[in-house]
Parts: sequence; structure tokens; C-alpha cells
Amino acid sequence: MGALVLLTALQGLILFAGFFAPYDFAAQDREHPFAAPSSIHFVDAGGTVHIRPFIYNPVDAGQSTGMSRADSGPSYPVYFFVRGAPYKIAGVFVSRIHLFGAEVPGHIFLMGSDAYGRDQLSRFLFGGQISMLAGLLAAILSVSIGMIVGGIAGFYGGWVDELLMRGGELFLALPWLYLLFAVRAALPLHISQWKVFLLLVSVMGLIGWARPARLIRGVVLSARQRNFVVAARGFGASDAYLLRRHVLPQTYGVLLTQLTLLIPQYVLAEVTLTFLGLGVGEPMPSWGGQLSALQQYYVLSSYWWMFLPALLLIPLFLVFYTAADALQELHKTVTL
Amino acid sequence: MSARIYGMGKIRSWVKCFVLAITIASACSSTLALSWQAGEERMIADGAPGHAGGRLVVALRSEPKTLNPVQAVDEPSRDVIRCLTADLIHINRGSLKTEPSLARSWKVSNDGRQYTLELRRGLRFSDGQPFTADDVIFSFQVYLDEKINSSQRDLLVVGGKPIVVVKVDADTVRFELAKPYAAAERLFDGVAILPRHLLEDSYRSGNFSQAWNLSMPPSRFAGLGPFRLKEYVPGQRVALERNPYYWKSDRAGSQLPYLNEVVFQFVPSEDAQVIRFQSGDTDVLSRFSAENFAVLQKQQSMKGYHLDDLGPGLEYNFLFFNLNDLSQKGLPEIAKKQVWFQDLRFRQAVSAAIDRDGIVRLVYSGRASPIWDQVTPGNKLWLDEKIAHPTRSLDHAHQLLQSAGFSWNNGALLDAHGNAVEFSILTSSSNAQRMKMATIIQDDLSQLGIKVQVVPLEFHALVDRLQNSYNYEAAMMGLVSGDADPTSEMNVWLSSGETHLWHPNQDKPATPWESEMDQLMQRQLVTLDYAKRKLLYDRVQEIVAENLPIICLVSPNILVGAANRVGNFRPAILVPYALWNVEQLYIQ
Repeated sequence: MGALVLLTALQGLILFAGFFAPYDFAAQDREHPFAAPSSIHFVDAGGTVHIRPFIYNPVDAGQSTGMSRADSGPSYPVYFFVRGAPYKIAGVFVSRIHLFGAEVPGHIFLMGSDAYGRDQLSRFLFGGQISMLAGLLAAILSVSIGMIVGGIAGFYGGWVDELLMRGGELFLALPWLYLLFAVRAALPLHISQWKVFLLLVSVMGLIGWARPARLIRGVVLSARQRNFVVAARGFGASDAYLLRRHVLPQTYGVLLTQLTLLIPQYVLAEVTLTFLGLGVGEPMPSWGGQLSALQQYYVLSSYWWMFLPALLLIPLFLVFYTAADALQELHKTVTL
Repeated sequence: MSARIYGMGKIRSWVKCFVLAITIASACSSTLALSWQAGEERMIADGAPGHAGGRLVVALRSEPKTLNPVQAVDEPSRDVIRCLTADLIHINRGSLKTEPSLARSWKVSNDGRQYTLELRRGLRFSDGQPFTADDVIFSFQVYLDEKINSSQRDLLVVGGKPIVVVKVDADTVRFELAKPYAAAERLFDGVAILPRHLLEDSYRSGNFSQAWNLSMPPSRFAGLGPFRLKEYVPGQRVALERNPYYWKSDRAGSQLPYLNEVVFQFVPSEDAQVIRFQSGDTDVLSRFSAENFAVLQKQQSMKGYHLDDLGPGLEYNFLFFNLNDLSQKGLPEIAKKQVWFQDLRFRQAVSAAIDRDGIVRLVYSGRASPIWDQVTPGNKLWLDEKIAHPTRSLDHAHQLLQSAGFSWNNGALLDAHGNAVEFSILTSSSNAQRMKMATIIQDDLSQLGIKVQVVPLEFHALVDRLQNSYNYEAAMMGLVSGDADPTSEMNVWLSSGETHLWHPNQDKPATPWESEMDQLMQRQLVTLDYAKRKLLYDRVQEIVAENLPIICLVSPNILVGAANRVGNFRPAILVPYALWNVEQLYIQ
């Protein structure tokens, strides 16, 4: 249960990224590229303790080492519920209130800044919106198609079952990465990358139905032989009624578990796609885009904070899988 | 620090003793006539004497496609071929001036149309066969053969007619040009002289293009360069060995090259090359990014290598818009946007909005120079100092757009017909620096209300769109000349040129300023006086800065690195940056 609560909390963070992120995802602070994460201070250089936390701006350490953390210079207090760059909540309401922010011209980079001086934390939160959307969209597509195909195959059996399941195996064997490259190459250049990306994710969701379909077929196969289903059929219920009323509801548990398992898989697929240059283009953030910076040797060897997005993904995926387990348990107790 | 200098001084004096010993030894051997033939006219190379022996390991980005100097177009092939061959007159990379090479001296006729070259006598190819005027005649016959289609041919066609090469006697060759041609002696640089005795058969039988590919045994190759082919291991390396017949000596009289062996290893990515260099597997590194320079710099003192920032080179990076005539191309969407692109004020506004200093800082960590025309600060001979360097001004950009009839709605820029101003910038996906520049420009232009989309494309697909289909809105490119002389840029600035990127291959100049540029470029080509040529090329630079057919952005610095044990390492801003004096490099 704890995992479910945590998962909901994380989704909330990402959904309200604009509020929790101190800056706009595209805002470039060209004076501070590759700034190390700011540390929060309570005690100033003179030894005085402040109740309100404050930060120092990163300093330019010359051409060789990028920006480093400073522990001196002018200090900038951190305020809560500050007015900053405008953002949209759920794509509709415009707001300017951010959870926290440093007094201008101070810059608070809790996860450091990237090559353009953009706040990594803000990009991680906003990037989550795109990556999670991609995962959710593709997972829902896969599971819906899987439910329909698996349901029909399991319910009718015989040659219909054979045809659909062998067809599904064909999809399992598809080299999806090459397929996506081919789809991207066939699209015109001038449609926005954001649309291309959604299209690619949809394609991925569309071709990923085979695995959930197999599972659902199995559940339907056993469900349709249950006594109450056979009884309902005996009373003259139609196939559609049986499927809707008796058979498919039994698959909901499996569906939910599948969904929770598929979402992180597709999020990871988004990471792969963007890493290979097929994702949303700059300046839109995504988790894959943040990881792709690590392809370069100088980033790997010089700026440890560029690893933070990658590290954060590990507990996130863990929460997803734990939640899937929890859902499965919950479902078992309900049906028993 | 002082301790290190002291140590080095000790090594130097020790080297001197050693050199003295070698000089005595070589004086003895010359009397024995082991390799020094009577009548061989050697060239004395300028540079500190080193000592013989050792092996230099260099990384190549990919395998050379061929070792045929006439066919080679890719940089790795050329890098290897430069070590294997020699030209008649050479551009000294250190001084950027021409110097005698296989030609001992040359005379120019009064009308500037005849060049008479005296060849060095008694020289031999790396297989021991003598070098004569016939080899020169044969080489130019091949380069000028239209069927062979060599990349050097364009340069050797002057005033629409190929250069005529006449053998005067066994050691004298005369080149006749249809028109006077400024800096004609620079043309000879990089035109490798071929051995007639090895290549004539394949040339006559019509399969010259297959000659000298890498699968042939090393004994079938010979050249006049400091090294000769030793072995080729597919997927791994090309190894060269010392050419015992090489025709240069150092000031102490010992024959060059010093090195016994040069090995080119194939290391496919820049990062892998940097790591190899850092670990000491390779001795020389060039063509790497400023970020990797910073990474290497951190360990410079611990590991035995040093890095050099030579300042701006000749490469200029720029943004340009599609100004082609699209009436026949069926691209109505792009043609509509060309109304903006063709408006000078629009281009000026874009130029004014771009933060060149930001690009220098974020993309090159400060190791680049902002530029406003095509001649970089590295090209001191031709730079027009009068070109203005306006600072970035969004206000000025707003005014320009307003005067051109643009307006704003909710921050988005609209043209006179109320259409939102949006365009895409194509850039090569393999060039990380240019991708970064495009992202910065995207942000800069968003502050003008222009929505820019950056489209990374594979390089060949990009070039195809720029030169054939014209299916693009704006693009980013970088060009680098092989020479500092403006003549090497003819194909860029002539409106009929193939690399006149914004509108290539025009039948007649589309605009008055392109017509003026054509005349200026043609005039500088036949003007022999440097000061007059400089005035003509200054005007070309002014036209570029005023009319912005390309919006110049930055010129990156040339960065090189070498192991401390490599002696005589004198990198230059012309290609090849590091190995141009490979015959003088030695291992300390």
C-alpha cells in the first residue's frame, strides 16, 4: 500500500511540475552552464546563523572545470511560494506561483545545471510529464488492444484463437527499433517533433499488444468455463453480454497489473528513443533527453550531477514494480 | 615548474651531443655512398635537429578509403597520403607561405601566365626508381583527365582551360595558364607527384580508379614522401615505415625523416580517441572539442602530454536561409516563407538577436571567436578589420522587424499577412557543436517571438537537401578552407558555384550584390598584386556582412595535443594541423 501512496505522490509531483520546479524548463542561464548543485546554507561566512536558508551563486572556475559550487560571495535567501515564470496546470490554468525560489539574481540549482545553464530539477519534473505521458499512452494502447484481441481469442477459441495468437507472435518478433527508424524517415521534416514523438509512441503501443493479449486470453479462457458463465449462457445471454458482464470484469486485475508493469517499460522505451535521437527535440525536456547528455565523455568524466536523473529513475521504477505487486495482492484478496 | 624547465634543458644538451655523433656518422656514410647519391639535390629542412628512430602512433577517425592521391576525398585517406607523397611547391603550414619542394626553384613570366619549375636532380621514389620530369608530366596528365574525375582538377582549370604542362628538359617543366592567376604557385600544394613506372599501365588500361586501393601489396606503392607503406591491417591500422630515399635533410646534415615508423590506428569516435590519447596509446591528437580539451587539461601535468590552443582557425560556422528559386520545385510552403527570408531586414534582425558570445561560452568553453563575416581572425592576411562587430541587441532586432511590417500577438511574431513566423533549422546530427549552437539560436529567436524547430539530419541527407532538392527552410553549416587564400573560396562566393550554399549553381546572379561579388572574385583571381587583391576581397567581406546571405556565428580555435616525448611538434592552423612536418618529428 505504501508503494501506491508513493506512486500517487510522485505522479502529483510530475503533474504539478510547474509548481514544484523553480524555473521554466527552457530558461537558459548562460552565465552558469554545468553548475554544480547549490547547497543550502544556514550559517554565513561570519558564523551567524540564519533562520531563512540561503544560497551562493556558482562561480566560473575557468575554462577547464566548468562551474563549481561557491561558498562565498553575495548570498541570496530562498523564499517559498514565490512568483516566477508562468506555467500551466493541466494545460489550462496559468499560474506564476512556485513552491520555492532564490532571490534574483541568485540561482538555485538543486540538481545542478546542464550545458545551457538550465535547471536540471525543473527539467526532470517537466521531463517527467512527457516521459510519463509517453508511457501511459503507449501502455493504455497496448492493454486496450490486448484486451479486445485476447478477449475475443479466449472467448471464441478455435480457429479465431489460432489466427489471433499466431498473428500476435508475429508482432512479438517485429524488430520495433528499426520499424520506428523507418517510420521516422518516412515522415516529412516539417511536422513538429512533438507530434512525431507522440506518433512514434503510439506506434510502439500499437505493436506491443501481443503480450497483454496472451495473458488476457488465458484469463478469459478459464473465466468462460466458470459455472456462473455457463449458467448465464444457458439462460440465453448473448456473447456480448457475457463478455461485458461476466468475463472481462474478471480480467481487470490482470489488466491493472499489466498496466503498472508496462508503463515503466514504455517510459524506458522513451528513454531509449530519445537517447537515439528519435525523441522530442530541444528544448522540450524528457528523461531520455537528460540521459543522452551522458553519451559524451567530458560529461561522464567531469560533471557527476548529470547522473542524478538516471539515479532518480531507479527508485521510480522500483516503486512502479512494487505497486504492481501490491495491486496483484489487492486483486487476489478482492476476488477471493 | 622551474624544476621541469631545468630537466628539459638537460635533455636538450644531451640531444645536441647525440646529434653531433650522428652528423659524424652520416658524414662517414656519405663517403661510403650508402644512401647519399652523388648529385642528389637535397632540401635542408628548417627546424631543430632531432634524432633518428622511434615510432609515432596517431588515431584516424575511420579507415582510409584509398591511398590513391587522385581519388582520395576523405580526410583519413588524405592524412595518410600526405605522409607518403610530395608536391612540387608546398605551402609551409608554419609560415603560410609557399616554399620549394620537389621543384628547387620557379620563375614566373612577366605576363603571369607561364611558370617554369626547376626540379631537384637525382631524387628517387621510395622504391629506388629515379624521379624525372616525365613523372611530373604523367601526374598532371592524370589529374587533368576528365575521365578520372579528380577533385584537384577544378583548381587546375584556369580561365576555363586546363593548365598546359610542357617538358622543357629532363629537369625542367613549364606550366602554361590561359589567364594570369594570382597565387598560382599555391595551386601546386597538395598535388602529389605520381610514379609513372608504377601507375602508367593501369592508367593506359583504364582502371586507374582501382589502382592503389588498400588491398594491394605494399611493394606496388611508391612515393616521394617521407614514409612508405609497410602494412595495412583491415579494421586496425595502416603502418608506414621510413623512406630511405627521402630528399630532405636537417640543418645538421642527417637525412630525414627521423621516425622509423608512423602507425595510423583506426579509432572511430572522438571520445575514444581522447581516451586513447589520455592513456598514452597515441602520441598526437587533433580535431577534438573544447570540452574534451578541458578534460585532458586537468591531467596534463600528471600525464606526459601537452595541449595547445592555436587560436581561431579558418573554419567559419554560419546560419543561412533558403534563397533558391523554388518556382520549379513544387515547394509552396517553403516558397511562402521565402518572402521573410528574402527581406534583408529579417536576416539582419535574426543576426542581431543571436548571442554569439553565448555560443562561444556554452559551446566552445570560450575557445572560439565570434565572427561577422567569412574571414576568421585566424586568417590575418585577408581579414578586413573594418567590418563592424555589432553587439547583440534584441531592441534593434525588434525595430528591424517592425520596419519590415512584422507585428506581435501575445509574444508571437506575425508577418504582414498575419501568419505566425515559424521555421526549421537543419543541422548535421553528427556535429554536436552545431546542434548545441542551433539550440541556443532557437532560444534567442524565441525571444523575438519566432518559433524555431531544430531538425538534426544525417550529413549526406542534409547536403542532398541543400544542393539538390532545396527542400529546407534554414540550415547551419561550417566551412573550412584548405588554404588562407581567397581563391580557395571561389566555389562559395561565385553565384555559379556549387558551394554558394544559399542559392547554388545560378545561371546568372540573382541579385545586384551577388553580381558584384562575382566580379570581385573574378578580378582578385587575375590580380597579381596582394594589396590590390586585398582591397577586392575586403569588399567581398563587406558585401557578406551587409547582405547576410550567410549569418556568420563563430570560428572555433584549433586545438591539438601531443605527448611530451614528441620533438619538433609545431602545430598549425591549416590542415593537417599536427602532422604537417611529420618528417621532422622525433621521439625524445
